[in-house]
Amino acid sequence: MSAREAAGTASTRPAEGTDDDVLLRVRGLQVHFPIKKGLLLDRTVGHVRAVDGVDLDLRRGQTYGLVGESGCGKSTLGRAVLRLEEPTAGSVELDGQDVLALGRGELRSLRRRMQMVFQDPMSSLDPRQSVESILTEPLRAHGVPGGPAAWRERVLELLEVVGLPASAAARYPHEFSGGQRQRIGIARAVALSPDLVVADEPVSALDVSVQAQVVNLLEELQDRLGLTYLVIAHDLAVVRHISDVVGVMYLGVVVEQAPSDELYANPLHPYTLSLMSAIPVPDPAVEDSRERILLTGDLPSPANPPSGCRFHTRCPFRQATRCHDEVPLPRELAPDHVVACHWAEEVRDGRVRASSASHDPTAVVADERA
Amino acid sequence: MSGVHLPPAGGPPGAPEADPPPGTPAELALEPQAEDERGTSLWRGAWRRLRRDPAAIVGAVIVGAFVLVAVLAPLIAPYAPAGAQWAGQVTPSSVPGPSDDHLLGLDSFGSDLLTQLVYGARQSLVIGVVSTVIGLGAGTVLGLLAGAFGGWVDVAVMRVVDIMLSIPSLLLAVSIAAVVGPSATALMIAIGAAQVPIFARLLRGSMLGQRGSDYVLAASSLGLRRRRVVMSHMLPNSLSPVIVQGTLTLATAIIEVAALSYLGLGDPNPTVAEWGRMLVRAQDRLATDPHLAILPGVCIAVTALGFTLFGEALRESLDPTFRR
Amino acid sequence: MPDRRPPSAVPSARPGGGAVPAPEGEALLEVRDLGVEFVRRGAEPVRAVDGVSLSVRPGEVRGLVGESGSGKSVTSLAVMGLLPRRSSRVTGSVRLAGTELLGMAPKRLAALRGDQMAMVFQDPMSSLNPVVPIGTQVTEVLRTHTDVDRAAARDEAEDLLRRVGIPDPRRRLRDYPHQLSGGMRQRALIAIALACKPRLLIADEPTTALDVTIQAQVLELLRQLVGETGTAMLLITHDLGVVAGLCDDVTVMYSGRVVEEASRRELFGRPAHRYTEGLLASVPRMDAPRGEPLRPIPGTPRDLLPWSRACAFAPRCAHADRACADPDLALRELQGLPAGHLARCAHPALPESAAPVTAGVGA
Ligand SMILES: Nc1ncnc2c1ncn2[C@@H]1O[C@H](COP(=O)(O)OP(=O)(O)OP(=O)(O)O)[C@@H](O)[C@H]1O
Ligand SMILES: Nc1ncnc2c1ncn2[C@@H]1O[C@H](COP(=O)(O)OP(=O)(O)OP(=O)(O)O)[C@@H](O)[C@H]1O
Ligand code: SF4
Ligand code: SF4
Ligand SMILES: [Mg+2]
Ligand SMILES: [Mg+2]
Repeated sequence: MSAREAAGTASTRPAEGTDDDVLLRVRGLQVHFPIKKGLLLDRTVGHVRAVDGVDLDLRRGQTYGLVGESGCGKSTLGRAVLRLEEPTAGSVELDGQDVLALGRGELRSLRRRMQMVFQDPMSSLDPRQSVESILTEPLRAHGVPGGPAAWRERVLELLEVVGLPASAAARYPHEFSGGQRQRIGIARAVALSPDLVVADEPVSALDVSVQAQVVNLLEELQDRLGLTYLVIAHDLAVVRHISDVVGVMYLGVVVEQAPSDELYANPLHPYTLSLMSAIPVPDPAVEDSRERILLTGDLPSPANPPSGCRFHTRCPFRQATRCHDEVPLPRELAPDHVVACHWAEEVRDGRVRASSASHDPTAVVADERA
Repeated sequence: MSGVHLPPAGGPPGAPEADPPPGTPAELALEPQAEDERGTSLWRGAWRRLRRDPAAIVGAVIVGAFVLVAVLAPLIAPYAPAGAQWAGQVTPSSVPGPSDDHLLGLDSFGSDLLTQLVYGARQSLVIGVVSTVIGLGAGTVLGLLAGAFGGWVDVAVMRVVDIMLSIPSLLLAVSIAAVVGPSATALMIAIGAAQVPIFARLLRGSMLGQRGSDYVLAASSLGLRRRRVVMSHMLPNSLSPVIVQGTLTLATAIIEVAALSYLGLGDPNPTVAEWGRMLVRAQDRLATDPHLAILPGVCIAVTALGFTLFGEALRESLDPTFRR
Repeated sequence: MPDRRPPSAVPSARPGGGAVPAPEGEALLEVRDLGVEFVRRGAEPVRAVDGVSLSVRPGEVRGLVGESGSGKSVTSLAVMGLLPRRSSRVTGSVRLAGTELLGMAPKRLAALRGDQMAMVFQDPMSSLNPVVPIGTQVTEVLRTHTDVDRAAARDEAEDLLRRVGIPDPRRRLRDYPHQLSGGMRQRALIAIALACKPRLLIADEPTTALDVTIQAQVLELLRQLVGETGTAMLLITHDLGVVAGLCDDVTVMYSGRVVEEASRRELFGRPAHRYTEGLLASVPRMDAPRGEPLRPIPGTPRDLLPWSRACAFAPRCAHADRACADPDLALRELQGLPAGHLARCAHPALPESAAPVTAGVGA
């Protein structure tokens, strides 16, 4: 499959650093969900290619930010890395250990080392469990030595780490505000001192004024505990703030990846460009002077991704050649800056311009059908 | 101040600041917003919500009175049950009404009506509890299997349940009575068995709803064993509809026993003290002595109401997010 | 439909979102001292909205921002007359083009809704009827409020869907809500709200379900609408970036009261109320150096005081002192700030040497 090939080639990326520097290595990861039809006997009539060939390298102690349109497969990727979703193909290595090859028991003990923070702080906590019981559970499940007395100690320590008072231990999730609940979720994720934490939109459900508290907490914990983060988010300002490396996903594949500052300073892929141009900035002066690249049409179906470059149905820079029939391979155009677009250099140098139609939302139809 | 604070940015990490910002006068300090905001255990919280709920109180009083009467029947009732000692005073056209000896008069067999009603409470309690326990127990196990494992286990269990559901409960009762002989035990088994598919479906549906939820995913991501995920997360969060159904079953079982006894599937002794039977028997004399039907009828209705009220309130109070 | 608004009375679309001074003239929507109380049996009444005043002129966008639960949606529902009559008590005054809406007969109010004023609700899935095709839902509104025939309504519906950026509108007319993506649903809702060219459009978080690229598209559409047809718009949102790009004036609410009101540039340039200040400071900025910790507002939105005792923000405010315990803290003009910039704060953040004037305006 072409997407597969594309992804495979990207793994030959140079400048990968020494091997033991990399905590998580993902190669050619695919997650396809069967589309079932039929009442009696389920017949598979196709696949949703939620994740379709993704390579990632997370260095120890770093934060990798993953952004992309809604439905492009970010959450699925995050879950597949933790094997909460069974990948269809590809490999995931944590510290050199093949996660996908593990049996049930081995996987369970490996879970100590990789944890998850969820988007909705309320629904990811069992409403009938007290905070103490929520935080003790992982300790008990992994037989952390010391027994109940030591566990209780650890719970208090965890609460302190995430900035909650000891009295919180006896309370129930619904008694907390959103930000506080997210702190509980984070405390649970770090209870076993993991190496890797996947945070799926950890602040999207929070009030703006509370978001900053949780972002700061995540950063502080990273410094204190040496965590490696895979942070999924759609707020690009938040991602820029916390990430060392940022990957941009579109329809199941990573289309651009670069160190955070580099990506925001020199976005290369047309999708990234439109994403950057669309971020609302809380500054009237900036808002008034900016030029938006408006995308036209909705996300194509991941069950039937467009041929060639997956972005070509909406790309304002689409060219008559290559875009629709040739899968763009990831290319390193600047140190550590990888982009999958045939025309990235031309776009960067202004030799290819965005079609003007895309500035006018009323022109959607014509453009969509073209 | 009970507010849970993040240390201000740059402050010492992990030292939650419990004081109001400097310069805040004492009277500005936060006070708890509501009683509910304070930390309590689940059960204590449930108890407090239950105590404040008028429906729960009414329900509890009725259920309590019912249980008390049932347990203390020998002390309360003036005579022994099913005596029929005064059968001679009953004529085909009339039944002696209230007198000094018999506060509520006699029933159509010549037993003391008050005694029969009091002992009827005992019989009804046994029938209600036993048949509910049968239905609830077996139904929960089936529902748990289907909901916890999903896949082919789910399919298999649900087919069994569908088959059970397709057998009319009357047929079931007749067959059971045919095997163990007509008795109260047969009735209880039959009524309980008829409830099994209902409980199983309820629990399965409710558990499937929990399966996809984030906290179940969170529990697996912590590396919990499946047994523990099911037993300590999915099951407790799926029980509410089952509890409600349980209290309903308690009430309806009493009435169903009456209906099935009428068909001759219950205890062969006609004078046995049992509300449903008394109600059925009274229909011969509805025109002349309506109180023979009304009194057991009221007992059944009030008891059913009590259980339903209490069950509904219990469900609400066990849900910590439910607030009035 | 008769043309109510001469196009010349309306400023043209702002190029690239550029600010045009707010148009002068009569406010279309005038809310004065609005109060909403929710009453429940056996419980203290809850004051969700307390003395809120705001106005929106034709061709103007007013932003309404604030903490979750601060009463933004309740305010808008009160304006639309959509609060449950049984459990809520609404006081004050809401005038639409001079006509008092509070206490108006439900029938007359219903006739105004959709025709004169329309609302885009917070949750796009639950506000579309799942069993009725999108096209029918649009034509329904058109045919209720205007006397067009079926075919004309259909054409107009198609045109509307096209204008809100739904590709292939003719085919989409027959689609049911579940066949549309979240972004398309939100746009379909906007199309329904626009169907009768309302003079007032209330949009409650119209873009929260969308990701940034589609959000930009929808905002552009709203911007054009306001610019071209002179619609007055009340935009409720959490997203300060959206406010900065779209609104002319901004009202900030905290715990049911207005705490600050200013033009867009004023608010972002010189926030006066300490909550607004904290809110702006806590947003991660694209232009700030990375690695610098964010500056959040301490405490949680739940740490509230009742306004009747003090400034509700006091438990989270670093500047709180005895003066903040004044139950009559007024929304007032501040010295050193231009007229029209109001704040309800005892110790506002002010440019140096500016101090609050004593005369209070409003409650
Ligand atoms: N269990 C599932 N079965 C079938 N399809 C699924 C399943 N989970 C996700 N999908 C599909 O896979 C695609 C990617 O979903 P995913 O949740 O990963 O998106 P996302 O990038 O996290 O989006 P968002 O930003 O909205 O959270 C979507 O088209 C979704 O409909
Ligand atoms: N029907 C109702 N009955 C009782 N209380 C209500 C009702 N509707 C809203 N409230 C309360 O009124 C307050 C304001 O709610 P509102 O929905 O206006 O907040 P909001 O500012 O729109 O928040 P968000 O940004 O989360 O949408 C909240 O405390 C809410 O609990
Ligand atoms: S390859 Fe073509 S269609 Fe794809 S992003 Fe580049 S220019 Fe656009
Ligand atoms: S009135 Fe006082 S407590 Fe309220 S925001 Fe202003 S300074 Fe802070
Ligand atoms: Mg997601
Ligand atoms: Mg709201």
